[in-house]
Amino acid sequence: MDVKFESWKDIIKDENIVFKKTKVLTDNVLSYCPGCGHGVAHRLIAETIEEMGIQDQTIGIAPVGCSVLAYEFFDIDMQQAAHGRATALATAIKRLYPNKFVFTYQGDGDLAAIGGNETMHACNRGENIVVIFINNGIYGMTGGQMAPTTLDGMVTATSPYGRDPQMMGHPLHITELVAMLPGTYYVTRQSVHKPANVRKAKKAIKEAFQCQIDRKGFSIVEVLSTCPTNWGMTPIDALKWLNDNLIPYYPIGNFRRPGEDK
Amino acid sequence: MGEIRLMMGNEAIAEAAIRAGCDGYFGYPITPQSEVLEYLMAEKPYERTGMVVLQAESEVASINMLYGGGAAGKRVMTTSSSPGISLMQEGISYMAGAEIPCLIANVVRGGPGLGTIQPSQSDYFQATKGGGHGDYYLFVLAPSSVQEMSDFVKLGFEMAFKYRNPVMILSDGVIGQVMEKVELFDPIPRRTEEEIIKECPWATTGKTPNRERNIITSLDLDPIRQEKHVMHLKEKYEKMKEDAMWENIKTDDAEYLIVAYGSSARIGQKTVDLARAEGIKVGLYRPITLYPFPDKELERLSKQVKGILSVEMSLGQLVEDVRLAVHDRVPVEHYGRVGGSIHTPFQVLNALKEKIVNKY
Repeated sequence: MDVKFESWKDIIKDENIVFKKTKVLTDNVLSYCPGCGHGVAHRLIAETIEEMGIQDQTIGIAPVGCSVLAYEFFDIDMQQAAHGRATALATAIKRLYPNKFVFTYQGDGDLAAIGGNETMHACNRGENIVVIFINNGIYGMTGGQMAPTTLDGMVTATSPYGRDPQMMGHPLHITELVAMLPGTYYVTRQSVHKPANVRKAKKAIKEAFQCQIDRKGFSIVEVLSTCPTNWGMTPIDALKWLNDNLIPYYPIGNFRRPGEDK
Repeated sequence: MGEIRLMMGNEAIAEAAIRAGCDGYFGYPITPQSEVLEYLMAEKPYERTGMVVLQAESEVASINMLYGGGAAGKRVMTTSSSPGISLMQEGISYMAGAEIPCLIANVVRGGPGLGTIQPSQSDYFQATKGGGHGDYYLFVLAPSSVQEMSDFVKLGFEMAFKYRNPVMILSDGVIGQVMEKVELFDPIPRRTEEEIIKECPWATTGKTPNRERNIITSLDLDPIRQEKHVMHLKEKYEKMKEDAMWENIKTDDAEYLIVAYGSSARIGQKTVDLARAEGIKVGLYRPITLYPFPDKELERLSKQVKGILSVEMSLGQLVEDVRLAVHDRVPVEHYGRVGGSIHTPFQVLNALKEKIVNKY
């Protein structure tokens, strides 16, 4: 079929458009693998920023990991932090610009392993920032090594016979851990493996930003995500694996939420 | 004339920070510089000027707080001592790569390792040759008095923003702990957000509709672009040489030269007087910037003297830059106590005679 580019002009008209990309995402092509959850998480954050009308007042912090290039995809001012240090950068920016909005975007290796100390203390000080914590139980960028969040028995490049907790320690429930700290205000775990969960994750991210606007303190939204490449699965199998394996160990829900008893 | 006070070097740094319009201080306690954070916490600059003061959970966190704040265009600083400065090297390298201005003071103590809490000058290599990974340099100022501890905070911020580069004040336990008269400069107001946006168009102050987004990163996976970036940094380091600073003390008729910075320069000054009382014509050359190293003036002086003694509380780090500057034209030797011990003016005089005067 000979389809000329111009012919789309007759189809793509304002009245026909039911969905479009938020202007807070750039036109750069995402560097993520097919089936990876980062793209969805990026969109949810960007939509939130657009809907809240805070694009010109938001400063984002990218981590080290697959999302190291996150600054290529958000059309806002962004900084790229050293591995694990995102919440230290965010602490300073928010304290120096209390009227701006600051969020970090960090993976499980970045936030829970090398950045464990910065995470814990930013939570404990109750820094008025938003942390989006992407947990896929593995180091993606370096090629599928064991993360602190890797499940018992899970095969990775550095646990080729499966994670043995006796030798390698236990999967870390970092979100439950920080919920115990009095400095945190809103602590929740969500997922992006099903449309219903994506909608709930979006709601949680929006609530976290609202907490910052209301100057309530530290909010963290953990987002369970897929890594088909390093899990060695098709994108569809990865979604199912997340549902059947990650969620039982990392239950979805709020661990600390305004107005809810702990 | 500014306000005169009797102050400890560490207190002078802290007071100067408030007066220099510093926006944020982030630090972690370590001897012999904890007085900086103590002074700031007691002084409540957040009430005086709106300056943020925060005790971080580690030196790693404090330097990354500088990275965040500096990248947003704020005047930010930290202070620490040798082991803490080692912990900061990762963050300093990132800031050099991403071209972030900030001020770091190292009140040096003896090492290696946990070493001692007594003064030393053994962090010269770390301060002047980069320190962390990658191709970069800091602008390094070496105060030799409490007065300069204060003055160099103001100058340090100027240089940090002039070159968009981290600046280090390389002090030591003597200058940090000693009390001297200091004339404080008049307070400079903190910049408003509008002034920051004007002065730092690159800073992450929020993407307003009239400009592209600002990205602060030290990463570029394309080797050709990264090479171009590093070459751009090189040009900047070359340009820094225009701001090299030094001091000549009794060098006009000198036949021998002592080269020393910081507290060793103060000790060396006394040695010069002792030597001259014995009829030995000695002068003192004091590099004030250690990077850029003021080599041209030292090269000139090397043409008039018979020998040079480089004095530093180390195994001999400064001496390498001295030798590079004088191109083997005259003999250059090193002398210095180490591990937290401080040489006396007489010990320096004896070393000068033994290693230089009696030989050449």
